[in-house]
Amino acid sequence: MAGLTHASPSVEAAPVAASGKRRFSPGRDALRRFLRHRMAAASILVLALLALSIVLGPLLWRIPINEIDFTARLAPPSWEHPFGTDDLGQDLLARMIYGGRISLAVGFAAMGVALIVGIVVGALAGTSKGPVDAALMWLTDLFLSLPQLPLLLLIIYLFRDFLKGWLGPEGGVFVLIVLVIGGFRWMPVARLVRAQFLSLREKEFVEAARALGASNVRLVVRHILPNALGPVIVAGTIDVAAAIIAESTLSFLGLGFPPDIPTWGRLLFDAKDYLDIAPHWALFAGGAIFLTVIAINFIGDGLRDALDPRKVM
Amino acid sequence: MNERDLRRQIADVKTGRLSRREFVQRMIAVGLTAPMAGAMLAHSGIAVAAEAIPYKPTKAGGGGPLKLLLWQAPTLLNPHFAVGTKDQEACRLFYEPLAGWDKEGNLVPILAAEIPSKENGGLAADGLSVIWKLKPGVKWHDGKPFTADDVVFNWEYANNPETSAVSIGSYKNVKAVEKIDDLTVKLIFPQPTPFWADAFVASFGCIIPKHLFGDYIGAKSREAPANLKPVGTGPYMFVDFKPGDTVAGKRFPDYHVPTQPYFDTVEIKGGGDAVSAARAVLQTGEYDYGYNLQVEDEILTKLEAGGQGKTELTLTGNIEYIGLNVTDPNVEVDGERASLKTKHPLFSDPEVRRAINLLIDRASVQKFIYGRAGVATPNFLNNPERYRSKNNSFEFSIEKANQILDAAGWKKGASGIREKDGKPLKFVFQTSINGPRQKNQAIIKQACQKAGIDVELKSVVASVFFSSDVANPDTYTHFYCDMQMYQTTMPQADPQFFMNQFTSWECATKENKWQGRNVCRWQNKDYDETYKLAQSELDPVKRAALFIKLNDLVVRDNYVLPEINRLNAIGVKNGMVLYKSGWDNDLAFIASWYRAS
Amino acid sequence: MGNYLLRRLIVAVPSLLGISLILFVLLALAPGDPFGELATNPNVPPEVREALRVKFGMNDPILLRYVRWLIAMMHGDWGFSFASRVNVDTLILQRIPTTLYVVGTAQILALAVALPVGVLAARRPYSIFDQIANTFAFIGFSLPTFFTGLLLILIFSVNLGWLPFVYRADLQATGWQWWWESIKQAIMPITVLGLYQAASYTRYVRSAVLDVIKLDYVTTARAKGLDERKVIVKHVVRNALIPVVTLVALQMPTVFGGAIVTEQIFRIPGIGSLLISAILANDTPVIMAVTFVFACLVVLFNLIADILYGWLDPRISFR
Repeated sequence: MAGLTHASPSVEAAPVAASGKRRFSPGRDALRRFLRHRMAAASILVLALLALSIVLGPLLWRIPINEIDFTARLAPPSWEHPFGTDDLGQDLLARMIYGGRISLAVGFAAMGVALIVGIVVGALAGTSKGPVDAALMWLTDLFLSLPQLPLLLLIIYLFRDFLKGWLGPEGGVFVLIVLVIGGFRWMPVARLVRAQFLSLREKEFVEAARALGASNVRLVVRHILPNALGPVIVAGTIDVAAAIIAESTLSFLGLGFPPDIPTWGRLLFDAKDYLDIAPHWALFAGGAIFLTVIAINFIGDGLRDALDPRKVM
Repeated sequence: MNERDLRRQIADVKTGRLSRREFVQRMIAVGLTAPMAGAMLAHSGIAVAAEAIPYKPTKAGGGGPLKLLLWQAPTLLNPHFAVGTKDQEACRLFYEPLAGWDKEGNLVPILAAEIPSKENGGLAADGLSVIWKLKPGVKWHDGKPFTADDVVFNWEYANNPETSAVSIGSYKNVKAVEKIDDLTVKLIFPQPTPFWADAFVASFGCIIPKHLFGDYIGAKSREAPANLKPVGTGPYMFVDFKPGDTVAGKRFPDYHVPTQPYFDTVEIKGGGDAVSAARAVLQTGEYDYGYNLQVEDEILTKLEAGGQGKTELTLTGNIEYIGLNVTDPNVEVDGERASLKTKHPLFSDPEVRRAINLLIDRASVQKFIYGRAGVATPNFLNNPERYRSKNNSFEFSIEKANQILDAAGWKKGASGIREKDGKPLKFVFQTSINGPRQKNQAIIKQACQKAGIDVELKSVVASVFFSSDVANPDTYTHFYCDMQMYQTTMPQADPQFFMNQFTSWECATKENKWQGRNVCRWQNKDYDETYKLAQSELDPVKRAALFIKLNDLVVRDNYVLPEINRLNAIGVKNGMVLYKSGWDNDLAFIASWYRAS
Repeated sequence: MGNYLLRRLIVAVPSLLGISLILFVLLALAPGDPFGELATNPNVPPEVREALRVKFGMNDPILLRYVRWLIAMMHGDWGFSFASRVNVDTLILQRIPTTLYVVGTAQILALAVALPVGVLAARRPYSIFDQIANTFAFIGFSLPTFFTGLLLILIFSVNLGWLPFVYRADLQATGWQWWWESIKQAIMPITVLGLYQAASYTRYVRSAVLDVIKLDYVTTARAKGLDERKVIVKHVVRNALIPVVTLVALQMPTVFGGAIVTEQIFRIPGIGSLLISAILANDTPVIMAVTFVFACLVVLFNLIADILYGWLDPRISFR
């Protein structure tokens, strides 16, 4: 099996650690295994490049994002506009660079919120029994059944002005969007973590640790949680894509950023009606989202392989 | 052309020196003519012979199925409850009014034998009553005869507040409806009423049968079984209805026009979005007709290249306009924001308003956003044409705007934003969420930026923006914002209701729970007086002049900035011949639709 | 076990009541107004709007309206739609068959693709098969359904002309023709929905199988000389099913709830499109009924998942 792809980290890691005469550390070991995961390492590079171009891009590409040029509407890629233009003749490269900042930030932050809330709720429910579990699962069920659209409208109505006053227009909207997207995506994570916990907490190694007198917190953090991370990582990587796309639907409710601020999801949505007239419009936005998703997923794969030496070759 | 010329020409028509057609053509030539030119003649005692609706087939039936696609799905089938256009359209398959409006704004008899006029004795000289003669031999789908009792009943039904009919507005100004004989009814008005063709005409004028709804007048109205299974006099009989999805009908063999309708069955499919509806008609030809294709013209043109169908456009009075807030939305007086007691800190300077008017690139918005489906205009009242003012024009010039602002003392600060007396020239501009509107906002924002004005864009989801929710500050009637843009629809060929939205008593305030129609809260004594005059002026020529004056008063104060007069675009499959008027529902004349072989 | 089940069912009643109260309050507070459309029509005087509000009891206190709704619900009266002026249950019942057909088939398709692909991919991680499967999965969930749906329409309806893209619940045809047409018009929506779902399922299944495939007992089973197929099915898949069951239980309520975006694109008269048009028209009774049924299903499937955990892993005990 191992011969099919690259060498097995679990086989090689041990001799390296031994010969290096360094103190064995699970963290360093994991890092080494992660870096051996070539796709994961490459993905880190890709993400770093994306981030870099988004941060430095505006310095190099100086066309403003909202420069309307009716003479160059729906122009295909050219030297003047490497990514082409949209239906108002606005430069898509500039818009992609600007939008990337928001989309990536929203994607990662919302994923973070969803994972943290999901893991905490799931772990609490999975380790405790009786009323705490029931109450937390009730909360999960409640969130799953809430109709999102009316709730979002209510949230805008109640909190937009407050957050705007508190954090300024952009900051307020950002926090609101991250909280809303994350707040609607933690439930599957919580259910998955709980299910893993229910199974894991009865396993022998947990029993053993418990018998050795490990505290409950230690039991959860050091023993159960790392073994429950598989589905969590998958959920997290899917959530990044979902959050980037969800942001675009939010702006259609007036909850997202102001309509003149482009984000990747928004660009894709605007482009869809022009798919057969100006395919380049959708191509770059869709491609950027896809690239991000692939990178994140390979990193996720690398992480899960790194975290458990026994798994995968 | 002045009033005297007009009168002379009307007299010529009367004596036969000028044909009716020639008269109308001359009116067009001088830009005064109109859909309502007919009404002009009618009031002067000349019978209106509406243009004949083209129809070739010689017998009813044989046309196969007619497939209609509405991207907003009908949800109910009682014309008196028909809130949205989509519902009104669906009702027109089964129900009919006494008369409808044709393309030029003339009345066309449907269930009436003829249109009331001075000549046939239908219109009283004092404007206090109208007599309608009904078409004989009309049958309901269940075989019962249609009579004057049904007409009287519809007035009682709609006029009863307990029924909660949305058509009540068309009937509450009628004091009484009397049956003269089985085929004649008389409408009595409390005061001289120049616009008498509201009750029993067009969509809210559809007649429902007394024998099926008679027991369900008032509070019980919602229990009537016929609400969901309509029985009317229309060209198609009810087959099936799934609210929010489909309406199906089949040909009514006893229809009162013996050679109509051409199609054997009819189906309305609802839902989806406008772009894909356009695709299904223009590009793949799956459907024969697609309603209200509010789609960028560029996409429509591209889809038409598919060769299956084409876009047809009709004139309407609907106007996309930008309103500047007269009051200050950021100051609370007596617990009310944007109170009538305040003045807007920036827009109270008329020079600022003038500059903003110059910064709206109407021509580009027409060319690049609305295309064939919009006409850039400086006027609020654009159609029917005889009400359109010739006195205004528009211009786009960043340079001039800059000069005006410089001269008025608004100096550019360090950030490039103009300011005066410590007040920076920046404001919030809101509209509903809708593709073309967001692009429109972007275009205006950019022009303003170049003139040293900072505009923050805001967009509100349409279901909130257009709601009448008292508690929500984001509705267009609250207008807690500096500038906003939306479309006002003109539902009738007569501007009376349309123009009341700038009268002082219509101001939207906390007191009337923001139900008033004057959303910019613009007040003008002259306007109020003129409007009252127009309300009771029986002479159509003078009345038209009054409405033109009303338009000019609003537009020249630069608080209300008209932008685009929208046209109604529909998709029509090749071979379909359909008559459609911009002053009535699309399906108002569906009985006459046919497919040319 | 029976005792446990009974207790859970009893607890479900107050928890559903709690959820329903929160839903009701939320919908009542949410901005919007069912008679908003009247506001833009100058022919409709504001008094009519006000009268309608009073008639439908919208000006009463929220709690009173909730109690009224609850009592009616217990009598089997689901409410009355403002927009259609029809009973809500009629509206919902009309839409259930189509929803079950389209969304249900899509879920089955998703599972039918994801389970074997996920297991096979995990058996040989980083093999060519795994890489291809992963790439498709990444494409699957990085492209939203509004986009893939349109892409399919452009290819199969516009360019090739093979499939219709307007879904019709009332096909005129009969017999075989009817069957053929129903299948033809459902192919695209089911594909869009099924593959979007399958993409994430595949990743979860793969991850879950990877979690167990290298565990000692699997190696032991293999060392015992058990048939590979048996090892995978009996030892690996069963233990990997816990996260999969969790996900399926999470997704099942949507078979009733419909898929808003896909239904919109293909004009499928399902519950999802009913819900979205009700929300846009602020037709609260319809929203309330649909979300409440949805909530019941969420609670029910959560319970079923818990019971399945016990069956999949007997060490999980419920007290």
